[in-house]
Amino acid sequence: MNPIVDREKGLLQLEQRIADLKAYSGAQNVDLSAQISALEAEYAKIQREIFGTLTPWERVSMARHPKRPTAAEYIAKLDRFDELHGDREFGDDASVIGGFALLRGRRVLAVGQQRGRDTKENLRVNFGMVRPEGYRKVRRLFELASRLALPIVTFIDTKGADPGIGSEERAQSEAIASCLYALAQVRVPSVSVVIGEGGSGGALALGMTDRILMLQHSIYSVAGPEAAAAILFADATKATEAAASLRLTSDDLLEFGIVDEVIPEPIGGAHREREVVIESVLEAIDRHLSELSRLTPDALQEIRYRKYRSIGGIPEDRVPEGSLR
Amino acid sequence: MPMPDWLRVRKAQEAQDAAQWTKCPGCGELLYRPELKASHEICTKCGHYFRMHAADRIGMLVDGDFLEIGAEIESGDPLRWVDRRPYPEKLARDRERSGLSEAIVAGFGAIGGFGIGLGVMDFHFRGGTMGTVVGDRVALLFERARERRVPVVIFTASGGARMEEGVLALMQLAKTTNAVERFRREGLYYIAVLTDPTTGGVSASYAFQADIVVAEAHAAIGFAGRRVIEQTIRQKLPENFQRAEFLLEHGAIDMVVERAQLKDTLVRLLDYGVGASRSSPSRNGVQGGPLK
Repeated sequence: MNPIVDREKGLLQLEQRIADLKAYSGAQNVDLSAQISALEAEYAKIQREIFGTLTPWERVSMARHPKRPTAAEYIAKLDRFDELHGDREFGDDASVIGGFALLRGRRVLAVGQQRGRDTKENLRVNFGMVRPEGYRKVRRLFELASRLALPIVTFIDTKGADPGIGSEERAQSEAIASCLYALAQVRVPSVSVVIGEGGSGGALALGMTDRILMLQHSIYSVAGPEAAAAILFADATKATEAAASLRLTSDDLLEFGIVDEVIPEPIGGAHREREVVIESVLEAIDRHLSELSRLTPDALQEIRYRKYRSIGGIPEDRVPEGSLR
Repeated sequence: MPMPDWLRVRKAQEAQDAAQWTKCPGCGELLYRPELKASHEICTKCGHYFRMHAADRIGMLVDGDFLEIGAEIESGDPLRWVDRRPYPEKLARDRERSGLSEAIVAGFGAIGGFGIGLGVMDFHFRGGTMGTVVGDRVALLFERARERRVPVVIFTASGGARMEEGVLALMQLAKTTNAVERFRREGLYYIAVLTDPTTGGVSASYAFQADIVVAEAHAAIGFAGRRVIEQTIRQKLPENFQRAEFLLEHGAIDMVVERAQLKDTLVRLLDYGVGASRSSPSRNGVQGGPLK
């Protein structure tokens, strides 16, 4: 059970009571404003208690909230979208959507990982876990964007790449490696937004972009907290501890200098005011694309190289020439 | 009471004798270490491949001197990570046990007369996992090889990205990918040799971005760990699943090579890539030739 969903229940009940009282007072023409504002104050207080400061594990739960806006919703809010299907080799992976789009009047190539909102959709999209044919479709679209000089926009939301037998048989490693390679090759601006879960290499395959944005309550991690706990503590139930150790929140990523901007969410999370959140994400993408569009292709590639070269390491010019052994 | 000299000498002798023998995990046979070394770390009884130490691998491949680079780049503890023990303690223990400063040794040397940039990963250090130091050394290797205009050969052996460095470790996939791309964009030649095991973040980045992907015989190669897949599908996987031979059958790699043939194979592969530029130095792109 998602702990955020659990704790929201009381709030939703309170919300309903306030609405009922308002409706009643309107219909019966009785003044209940004192009761209503008391309930509203109570509501705000509980809301602050629950969401004022979230632990890393609560942030994970927020990122996985079943009502959280998915990639398809962001894409639906673009001015136009023409989906392109398939990897031309094996199949069309429904867990990743891609195609031409118009974003604030700008022609772009948009790609998004699609997490399901219910069991039925999750079965169709494989719980948002992309298979090799999905990554090969994305690679094809990245190369197409570069050829047509269209900026690349990606929405990241996956627990991780699919770990099935078929995916291994079809060389999942190579599919992800090629997707990353294509992002290193492109000579157009690229922006990625982590909208939910950024799980491991399966997320990075869409995320090695010029700019990386994150929604406030999304997460980005080397491994899922459950997997990390299983490996490191030999106990998957220690996921709560692992979530704290992994430093996977948007604050952490900003501190590490990996993420360029964190997009704030309303109290209670993105699903509470989805329209507003989607708008602010699209606004941020547009703003970053405008900045990047002023750079030459050479400069884009050079800056991108430096961005990733400097993450957690020593720059090349500070390393001595070498030693005989 | 201090230990008498004769006993101390005998204890030391016993310890040395024990270190001279090792048990084969394949067949249980006790193997004499010097003999094992002479047979390229392959069990003389059942043919089991022992995981090689980077120094032995370099010794087996490189003609003469090896110029190591990036040795002074060492790990910090960016996440102040503690699980069953603190990360710096694990690093210190692995440094002591393996004699290595990190999970990869990178540098320049010659193989069969071809000057190359060579990276050798070592599973004995943190399971060959890639943190910021491995990322830095791999990137540095490609950058320096690009300046020297020589091919790069990397032997991979890795459990994937290093958990203890969190998302910083994940970002090393990006760092190394960009370095490979910049190197190959110049028309330079890159060969990856996948050894046991090559999984996770390393297999999903530079291991599979090479011009030629060679796998050492029997090596386990894949993205997801065997245990993860078994837990997901709730059944046992066949023995050959994710083995080098399985990948060859599925078209994921160029060839499977026995350890004893690796050096000769590499020399031939290098010759196709850079041999022609020796006879016609004006050839566009790749240049090779001996280091000195």
